[in-house]
Amino acid sequence: MLARTADNIYWVSRYLERADFLARLIEASNRISALPTTYAAKQDEWTSVLIASGADETFPDHFDTANEANVIAYLAFDDRNLSSIRNCIEFARTNARAVRTALTVEMWEHINSAWIKLKAFEQKHSDPTAIDREALIGFLDFVKETSSLYDGFGYRTMLRNDIYYFARLGVSLERADNTARVLDVKYQLLLPEHEPLGGSVDYFQWSAILRSVSALTAYHWVYRESIKPWNVADLLILRQEMPRSLIHCTSEVVRWLDAIGNQYGRHGNAQRQARTIQRKLESASIKEIFQSGLHEFVDGFITDNNGLAKAIAEQYLLG
Amino acid sequence: MSQGFFDEMTNGAADPRAIYSGVANWLRAAPPEILDARRDQAELLFRKIGITFAVYGEKDAAERLIPFDIIPRLLGGDEWARLEAGLIQRVKALNMFLTDIYGRQEILKAGIVPPDLIFRNECYRPEMQGHRAPHDIWTHIAGIDIVRVDDEDFYVLEDNCRTPSGVSYMLENREMMMRLLPGLFADHAVLPVDNYPDNLLASLRSAAPPHCADDPRIVILTPGQFNSAYYEHSFLADKLGVELVEGRDLTVRDDIVYMKTTEGEKRVDVIYRRVDDDFIDPLVFRPDSVLGAAGLMGAYLAGNVTLANAPGAGVADDKAVYTYMPDIIRFYLGEEAKLKNVATWRCREQDALKYVLEHLSELVVKEVNGSGGYGMLVGPHASKEQIETFRQKLLSDPDGFIAQPTLSLSTCPTSFTGGVAPRHVDLRPFVLSGADGVRIVPGGLTRVALKEGSLVVNSSQGGGTKDTWVLATNAK
Repeated sequence: MLARTADNIYWVSRYLERADFLARLIEASNRISALPTTYAAKQDEWTSVLIASGADETFPDHFDTANEANVIAYLAFDDRNLSSIRNCIEFARTNARAVRTALTVEMWEHINSAWIKLKAFEQKHSDPTAIDREALIGFLDFVKETSSLYDGFGYRTMLRNDIYYFARLGVSLERADNTARVLDVKYQLLLPEHEPLGGSVDYFQWSAILRSVSALTAYHWVYRESIKPWNVADLLILRQEMPRSLIHCTSEVVRWLDAIGNQYGRHGNAQRQARTIQRKLESASIKEIFQSGLHEFVDGFITDNNGLAKAIAEQYLLG
Repeated sequence: MSQGFFDEMTNGAADPRAIYSGVANWLRAAPPEILDARRDQAELLFRKIGITFAVYGEKDAAERLIPFDIIPRLLGGDEWARLEAGLIQRVKALNMFLTDIYGRQEILKAGIVPPDLIFRNECYRPEMQGHRAPHDIWTHIAGIDIVRVDDEDFYVLEDNCRTPSGVSYMLENREMMMRLLPGLFADHAVLPVDNYPDNLLASLRSAAPPHCADDPRIVILTPGQFNSAYYEHSFLADKLGVELVEGRDLTVRDDIVYMKTTEGEKRVDVIYRRVDDDFIDPLVFRPDSVLGAAGLMGAYLAGNVTLANAPGAGVADDKAVYTYMPDIIRFYLGEEAKLKNVATWRCREQDALKYVLEHLSELVVKEVNGSGGYGMLVGPHASKEQIETFRQKLLSDPDGFIAQPTLSLSTCPTSFTGGVAPRHVDLRPFVLSGADGVRIVPGGLTRVALKEGSLVVNSSQGGGTKDTWVLATNAK
């Protein structure tokens, strides 16, 4: 297939996955900031959301204060923020349109319809800082549905060939990056000195972390006990059965890269790097990670994952 | 009911023409709400599928729909047979003309066509002189614009030998009609058009350079998603099952064209290019173009890749050359033209210019190199200022223009909110030329001027489209 086609397919997936993540992140933070002040440090919440989404560097160019209305407007609706949800959907649609022949009719029509709905929403709400909670919740649901349906249509209708592999690769790589970013921002909350004292402030922060990667219910099924910070870290980093954990996402990345390599009859740098990351995660234990530094571990993962994205681009996408 | 025009449904009589009796009955019986509902449904579907086009020079109009009219335009089997024979004849002559112009130039030596008309033409490519297009096919895909003024004759309004567009609408309109009005469709024996993509693929395969006898790699070259016809490019790539490439996906080495894939470079044999001559190769044509690939012309001239349509084919669809088509057909085929030409004044000729200047308010004046309805004057509908502007243009560059009488284009019933009214239509059939012959599917794109009284059917000028039904039954 054309290198540019692979690039576009891969980025449609990444943008939609990112939009989904941002929607969940905003939802989780909304819950925290709705708590009485004694339960949560409100100001920090929205700053950390900015950092987790990677928008903290450009945000001050456009807003003075990182309050709820401003941060949500910037992350969800602002076309000046390259990674805002609305831009993710628009870029995904632009990429899809460039390669619509590589998508199935269902996938294309779905993403095109989503873009038309986005335009209608924007026409109705011209001031993004004045969107009420109800409209916001409706919008975030729409975003999550857009990503899920795109995935679902792909799963149900695509031929299992390199086009499909690149689409899945984009999802897995982006998802790993998103989970790592949440961990990177919130790691202090997971450190041992924050042991639960029953109904503490932190309890709600931990559950918010789990919510942002839609893992709150999963947590209870896996651990069958109240939320403990090291379990949260374990679930999000090392649990193979957890679809947004670093280890699971990395296994998926390895899987799709192998599928591509097998189809083309040649493996390269990207496959090697992915395996190295996978081995690191497989040989790690949560105890060791805490001993040698959670922050350092997560930071190292983000660097490795970015390096892998670069290797993938060089090997396949730039042509 | 408009006076003095041939209406294809009624022909001015109380009873509809026989082939239209089914449609007329349906229009009488269908409540207006049904027509409105179907029209809305069609618009929703088109928008969802993303069948949009861009209008250049209009802000905020980045993606617009071409209005679709749900009342079909009908042709009888006998009418189509005459039309088809004329189209085949015409396109054969066009290809022979191009072979001759870039070859021995017999027609110029015989004094049939004045040489300066060719050599001073912007679309003439000196780079192609002395070159033979593979299999002597120059215009693999031609769109011939046809109009009717009565129930007998078809006139050719213009030939499009470069990159005619609209075929995706022909195909999508048919899908839409089968979905929206399945009953009406089933009541008519409509000849199918959905084998067009297969025909196109077969024509392109047959036109491949000789070195790849078995399985040529075919691609469609698009200027990209901001081009007004991008939807069509992607639609065709999908239907043909070939890659849709942009210039940046191609690279040329040692006169061989490659495309950049996830598995490295792959050789390309046939390029159905939807990029104009000027932009296909910055080394030969416009140096600032990024839409083509450097070295493409070299590869073409070396015979390593087929370009469809061939560079320089535009010299045959020039509106001044058009006036010579009856002579051109006679010269190469020894036959009289089966399709009529519209009477045309060549403003390059003194007497004609004088006449045109005196009758500007009655005539249609066109730039010889123009297309898409841009740069033309429709005398009867023009303001005094517009006429004066054209007078100046004509005086300073008479060679650049032709003029035609304002044709009484036929009308077809067209649906609007609150009713049905006749509107002017034309027809663009698509004619495919391969090494193994000419292929045409029965039908084409019917374009309709939606504004009352308007004669301009171009989508860029507010025109719409209709499905064209060629019936198995005869009109007479």
